[in-house]
Amino acid sequence: MQRVLPRGASAPRAWHVMSAANLERCVATAVARMGGEPGPLIEILHSVQNELGFVPPEAVPLIADALNLSRAEVHGVISFYHHFRDRPAGQHTLKLCRAEACQAMNGNVLAEFAKRRLQVDFGKTSDDGKVTLEAVYCLGNCACAPSAMIDGQLRGRVDEAMLSNCLDGWGVRE
Amino acid sequence: MNSRTLTTVYVPGDAGAVSLGADAVAAALERECRARGTPIRIVRNGSRGAYWLETLVEVKTPAGRVAYGNVQSSEVPSLLDAGLLTGAKSSWWLGNIEKHEWFQSQQRLTSTRLGVVDPTDIDDYIVHAGYSGLSSALSMQPQDIVRAITDSGLRGRGGAAFPTGIKWQTVHDQPAAQKYIACNADEGDSGTFSDRMLLEGDPFALIEGMTIAGLAVGATRGYIYLRVEYPHAARALARALHVARERGYLGADIRQSGRDFDISVRMGAGAYICGEETSMLESLEGRRGEVRVRPPLPAIKGLFGQPTVVNNVVTLATVPTILSLGAAHYRDFGQGKSRGTVPFQLAGNVKRGGLVERAFGLTVRELVYDYGGGTASGRPVRAVQIGGPLGAYLPESQFDTPLDYEALAARDGLLGHGGVVVFDDTVDMARMARYALEFCAIESCGKCTPCRVGSTRGVELVDRILTSSNGSRAGDLALLDELCDTMASGSLCGLGGLTPYPVRSALKHFREDFHSSGVG
Repeated sequence: MQRVLPRGASAPRAWHVMSAANLERCVATAVARMGGEPGPLIEILHSVQNELGFVPPEAVPLIADALNLSRAEVHGVISFYHHFRDRPAGQHTLKLCRAEACQAMNGNVLAEFAKRRLQVDFGKTSDDGKVTLEAVYCLGNCACAPSAMIDGQLRGRVDEAMLSNCLDGWGVRE
Repeated sequence: MNSRTLTTVYVPGDAGAVSLGADAVAAALERECRARGTPIRIVRNGSRGAYWLETLVEVKTPAGRVAYGNVQSSEVPSLLDAGLLTGAKSSWWLGNIEKHEWFQSQQRLTSTRLGVVDPTDIDDYIVHAGYSGLSSALSMQPQDIVRAITDSGLRGRGGAAFPTGIKWQTVHDQPAAQKYIACNADEGDSGTFSDRMLLEGDPFALIEGMTIAGLAVGATRGYIYLRVEYPHAARALARALHVARERGYLGADIRQSGRDFDISVRMGAGAYICGEETSMLESLEGRRGEVRVRPPLPAIKGLFGQPTVVNNVVTLATVPTILSLGAAHYRDFGQGKSRGTVPFQLAGNVKRGGLVERAFGLTVRELVYDYGGGTASGRPVRAVQIGGPLGAYLPESQFDTPLDYEALAARDGLLGHGGVVVFDDTVDMARMARYALEFCAIESCGKCTPCRVGSTRGVELVDRILTSSNGSRAGDLALLDELCDTMASGSLCGLGGLTPYPVRSALKHFREDFHSSGVG
């Protein structure tokens, strides 16, 4: 899965200048990839989000048209699933596991630390647009708790020092 | 240089091992060995399940495989200096890992190839008894395959523990032009990872199991519903499906049998509820994962309205073993109505966490102390939660409970998908009860009121109990109990219906935690 989101702080935000034609092409490709497979909506949403980093609200009527669904049905699916976002994430994404096995290994302390350093709550992006902090409920790495997914990379036995290093590397101020 | 003359070194490519640095270990080994003029062949196997020893490196020697535990990438030069490639003893040396006490007492029937084979190599799978179950199945009548599964006593390992053979028989008996095998790989329970390990470390076992299921019930299409949190598993599965298709183990006319079966993978999108079978079917059809009212059962009217076998990864990956070793062999493990083995997953605050496959009947104490070695923090164990976020918390006084379906049900708990999460004495059980309700509120599909509203009211109640004066607390505790009754009896599915298990068990066994100032 390849993301085309720019990572550099000063890079132009491609999604803001994405043309209607580009969006149409992206949706058409996603629809075509599923061929005549039944029940393709979620797979199409994955394709669009993998390509653009999120599912732009402008994509909803295009997808609805292509699948002969109502806009409400498409919107309902996007809003049901935690994974889909309707706006871009920050340049970096920090997902912390909040489930029991990680809580048993100081996961709550780690969560408070991340919130304090980033000055945001879960589900939000830091004011400078650098980091989106997300809660996940189990990464399936429970024997190596606590776990995090840092820009798509799974990490186990995470501690404050490791998180701190990571945030420093992203240029998040103390 | 011919690959046969190169020394083979195994470095797990399993996501858990990678999360502890296995990729860096593999890269360092490759680089360092090349620099020393002794290039090696690196196999990225699955994890054997001893996560407390990861990264666990093994080297193939004339005397067998020799293991080295807790290897860090920075230590690779020292490890090589100490004679890694010849299997020499050093501070990392563990010898033959299968003779290690942590492994020797395990009874691996489903996870027998985990960490042993190269998950990308179908020939390696076949050498290790892979596809012998399918060979048997191809020579059997569908009804006889179903009977073998029924006779084995196998019950659904996803959590509901429904007899697999009965489910297959129902689908087998339906007259329908199109039937489906839907594999539930939406392993969302905290403390569980056996599906992930199998998908990454032995994916052909699942593919073979689904194919056998297809032959048994007359289904030609299979779907794997895989959670989006498992990108490593998605890649491993895609590779394995490609190879199986190329080699004629999937697709039209499987192994020149005249029978067809193929598998598609559909990704979930971060909804715990989609591990519930009817919600998963809705999601597979591209809709919101709202649970369906039963009846009709999925076995009669399932995916796209057609008869569908819905089974978990572990269940399906166990099917080849049953056909290859025989139903009686599998049934001889276990006790009572709980037959066979379970890949238990030992997690949380535990010293030696990982995958422990044993027959039903192992006690909680044996699992937590003999295998787990107590807590990672070194503090006393206070509680374990068995069966994921909907499972009960057990106090130390109940650790002699045998791990089987009936014994746990008698304790107002469940085995679920076999995850056991250990907590030390710093755990605040009122906070865990509150979390159980909060999790239910976050993940509720919203279709039924007891789950959608009850979970939020429950969180509010726990907060009130923890901040109120003694006078009103007794009334609120009684109200919480009533709320649990309503959720347990009035919810459409297990999410709302079973959330009372962790809440009530915390209240029952750890009532002293439900005092004001318990939750910050």
